[in-house]
Amino acid sequence: MSAIVQARGLSKSYGTTKALDAVDFEIDAGRIVGLIGPNGAGKTTALKAILGLTDYEGKLEVLGLDPHTQRTRLMEQVCFIADVAVLPRWLRVREAIEFVGGVHPRFSREKCLAFLSHTKIGQGMRVRELSKGMIVQLHLALVMAIDAKLLVLDEPTLGLDILYRKAFYESLLSDYFDEQKTIIVTTHQVEEIEHILTDLMFIRNGKLVLAATMDEVGDRYAEVMVNPDKAEIARALKPLNERQVFGKSIFLFDGVERSRLAELGELHKPSVADLFVATMKGTYA
Amino acid sequence: MKTLPLLVKREYWEHRGGFLWTPVWVTGITLLLTVLGLVTAEVFRSRADVRVGFSLDMLRQDIDAKDWANAGYGLDVVQFVFGALPCIGLFFVLFFYLLGTLYDDRRDRSVLFWKSLPVSDLATVASKALSAMFVAPLIALAVSTLAYLAFLVIVGTWLSLHGLNVLPAIAASHPFRTAWRMLLTIPVDALWALPAIGWLMFWSAWARSKPFLWAVMLPILVVFANWWIGVLGGPHFAGVLDVAKIVGRLLLSVMPGGWMSLDAAGMARDWMPGHGSSGSEGLLAPERLLDVLASANLWIGVAGGLVLLAAAVRLRGRRIEVNV
Repeated sequence: MSAIVQARGLSKSYGTTKALDAVDFEIDAGRIVGLIGPNGAGKTTALKAILGLTDYEGKLEVLGLDPHTQRTRLMEQVCFIADVAVLPRWLRVREAIEFVGGVHPRFSREKCLAFLSHTKIGQGMRVRELSKGMIVQLHLALVMAIDAKLLVLDEPTLGLDILYRKAFYESLLSDYFDEQKTIIVTTHQVEEIEHILTDLMFIRNGKLVLAATMDEVGDRYAEVMVNPDKAEIARALKPLNERQVFGKSIFLFDGVERSRLAELGELHKPSVADLFVATMKGTYA
Repeated sequence: MKTLPLLVKREYWEHRGGFLWTPVWVTGITLLLTVLGLVTAEVFRSRADVRVGFSLDMLRQDIDAKDWANAGYGLDVVQFVFGALPCIGLFFVLFFYLLGTLYDDRRDRSVLFWKSLPVSDLATVASKALSAMFVAPLIALAVSTLAYLAFLVIVGTWLSLHGLNVLPAIAASHPFRTAWRMLLTIPVDALWALPAIGWLMFWSAWARSKPFLWAVMLPILVVFANWWIGVLGGPHFAGVLDVAKIVGRLLLSVMPGGWMSLDAAGMARDWMPGHGSSGSEGLLAPERLLDVLASANLWIGVAGGLVLLAAAVRLRGRRIEVNV
């Protein structure tokens, strides 16, 4: 399968700050990619470049198109949800469906209505009358009714309560995603999407510091809970991170042989959140 | 694809208040004042036992054909006034509509939603310009025509209560011709307005904050600076009036019928009753529109407006953020 997104030396500067610094990456079809990074790391800039919303240096192809110059054609295949606040407040639900259905060749009105029938959203309501959670439901209903190849989500659940957040990712997985589709998602609530991701990308100061499948991440990284007596041996193996829990030390290792680590203590698969914290150490210092 | 009609519809959905309800209110209030006036007359008449109907009785007795023709002309003028009334509101509606077209959705970030759909920047800008050029004026004309019909019913009923048949006056008027001529002014208005449409939309797309200040204060400062440098004896455009005229075209041309200023005296003369063979012949005569269409002023403005609109399309492609 050819790559859905292909970036070579992708760069973008705002004044003297480099939001993206010669980044290379590739995203294949049928993946769910988590693009994770601290505030100001360049996540949104990368997404904007992919969506043709900003200019950039370097080479970038999305579905074989140049996003900046062929944005209109690209948007027939790509959907995106930025955060909750982007649906215009004056718009009525009925009008939103009519409009998207009219301008989008791959929109299915039936699908959209079916999805909305599971919510409390009425056709005659305006966006300003909806709660944040309902706005996201509406936006998701519009987007899921579009048979797009790539879906980009930029903090889609920002400010929502946990019920809406869970429901959002559940519908995304069960009613939308299949191997023909690709999803790129950024969020700060890493724990919540960890189990649905197939790929992980960490971005820091405009550079990609990790790009791997979740399987590779599982193979490469390991967490070991070590008793104090073996702590010095563990430190000698150059762990990425060390933290203390109940008098024991938990070490995070990158690419150290399993057998050696098993001698030190109990082995765990690290959570993406722990991995993230370890990788980003010193970002704001 | 039906993208462009839907985009225009989208503009109507968002700006129903300005496009539809403003003319409805303006003409509605006019009708209300008419009714109030008639009621007042009736009340005073019965209370003071004064025969306000006196003049009506006089009319009834010695109306001849010429008088009917004049009454018909009077009705034509009333119809024209009904058409012109919402235009004052339309100026403000269009001015602020255009200033907001490419700015408001950036400010509330809904531009990210609109840009997530396969709609080109050209189609977006075109739909907004076309809405200002045709949709809003056509709605205003439709509303004012309906209001004029309501006016005829109200006044006709009142007069018939006093035994005066208004039908000969209506028969002597030219409602279709007047409506047709007002309809013909809409494309001329649209072309005349293009420099202002382009100017306002350009700053709407350009501004990161306060498009009003850029669009309005900048040209006023330029005129003032030009005048001031001139006073000091420095190099400046000699015709201060010309600079002011250009600025006026950029800011005020969305006023429907603004092109009448080209030949104001001639227009006024044409409207005088008794001019030519029949009184209302000259009212918005098509020849006048042809004169405007043949003027360099109009076409220079059209060219300038298109250049500004092209710039607005380009800006729309690259400028998304605003300073909040």
